[in-house]
Amino acid sequence: MNGARRSDAIVVGAGIVGAACAAALARDGWRVTILERSFASSGTTSVGMGHLVVMDDSPEQIALTKYSLRLWRELTPILDRRAELDACGTLWVAEDEAQLEALRAKRELYATADVATEVLDAQALCEAEPNLRRDLAGALRVTHDSVVYPPGATLRLLDDARKHGAVVRDGIDVEAIVPNGVRLANEVLRADIVVNATGPWAPRLTPALPITPRKGHLAITDRYPAFCRHQIVELGYLSSAHVMTSESVAFNIQPRSTGQVLIGSSRELVGWDAQINREILRRMLQRASHFMPGLGDLSVIRCWTGFRPATPDKLPLIGPWDPIPGLWIAAGHEGLGITTSLGTARLLADQIAGRAPEIDPGPFSPMRALAAVHS
Amino acid sequence: MSDAVEIVVNAKVLRVEPGVTVASALLNDDHHVFRRSTTGDVRAPVCGMGICYECRVTINGIAHQRACMVIVEHGMRVDTGNAP
Repeated sequence: MNGARRSDAIVVGAGIVGAACAAALARDGWRVTILERSFASSGTTSVGMGHLVVMDDSPEQIALTKYSLRLWRELTPILDRRAELDACGTLWVAEDEAQLEALRAKRELYATADVATEVLDAQALCEAEPNLRRDLAGALRVTHDSVVYPPGATLRLLDDARKHGAVVRDGIDVEAIVPNGVRLANEVLRADIVVNATGPWAPRLTPALPITPRKGHLAITDRYPAFCRHQIVELGYLSSAHVMTSESVAFNIQPRSTGQVLIGSSRELVGWDAQINREILRRMLQRASHFMPGLGDLSVIRCWTGFRPATPDKLPLIGPWDPIPGLWIAAGHEGLGITTSLGTARLLADQIAGRAPEIDPGPFSPMRALAAVHS
Repeated sequence: MSDAVEIVVNAKVLRVEPGVTVASALLNDDHHVFRRSTTGDVRAPVCGMGICYECRVTINGIAHQRACMVIVEHGMRVDTGNAP
């Protein structure tokens, strides 16, 4: 789109991924309309933690999360207060000597990917986070990881899209995606391209997408400034996240800029049942108290659940969807959609514009879902 | 008030009637800043019966105690949103 002809793009879904895609396309000169079923970030975006994290589950995941972290840093100067960006870093904590060994391997992995880290021994860990249990073995600090308030960041991205001509329409239910357009209740909207960015709901519009809702619980406390200073995650988190078991909990805690403490995490495969599961919540809070005994003295003011858009190979679906002309997919980010929203948008916009993406888009091609069915 | 109870509010000693709530003690002494919101706004009791959580203060070092639900005790330390 070199300025001459501004073509039409429709982005379905105003979560953080849709907002980032809309902003990237609008900046490329597309005439963008964002169609949102409810209101901006009313789905998965508003119920997650907002941890901007380099995750090392696979080389592809490191590549996308690391690329996205760089894009977040580039965005920092134009983020406003609503985004509550806090470059607090992540502490991956090891409980014993065996985990310490795993921590060293993790450090090597990050070093290979050129991600800055620092090892904290038991003493340094106590000093960095006095409310952690005193007998932990150590921790790996990932220096440039950060925390953001996802709905605030989404509003900022939507402002950016609007500044470049995009129109956001709330309360619009897309009934179907058709070749070069979408069908609403009473009309068909035409566009050169359509982006399905509806997170865990993406299969409702593109049924062949292998995305499953993976439920999570979170709890937030009243304000206790400096109770913790980093996002702190137990080393076992990744195995909890990686294995598609029916349920698991892992210690994952985050300081909010308000002084509140956000406590996670849980994973369940129970369809769309959004009710609080008291047993899972109890296990999740027990796990957190196991690492931070003082948590029991804080008041939790709210608990809630949400649905991550999980895929079988733990990678998001980003790219063209050949069966429907003009359709592109940006969905299936599981628990990393806040981090990878910016990388996703750039990968998508680069491919649409025919530019060479900075990282290999191949592993993220949604077409692998069809290949898996036919193989 | 021969049987008055002494509490310490933001480092100032206050003599109050026994059996009153911390919220009453503070309001009777013209304390109207119980706590501050995340944006610095002043907060004070609304419901007086433990529901609204607007009257939270720090009592004996423990944050976020509802002033309307705690009875004063001799030597109690109360810190409010106006604490120095």
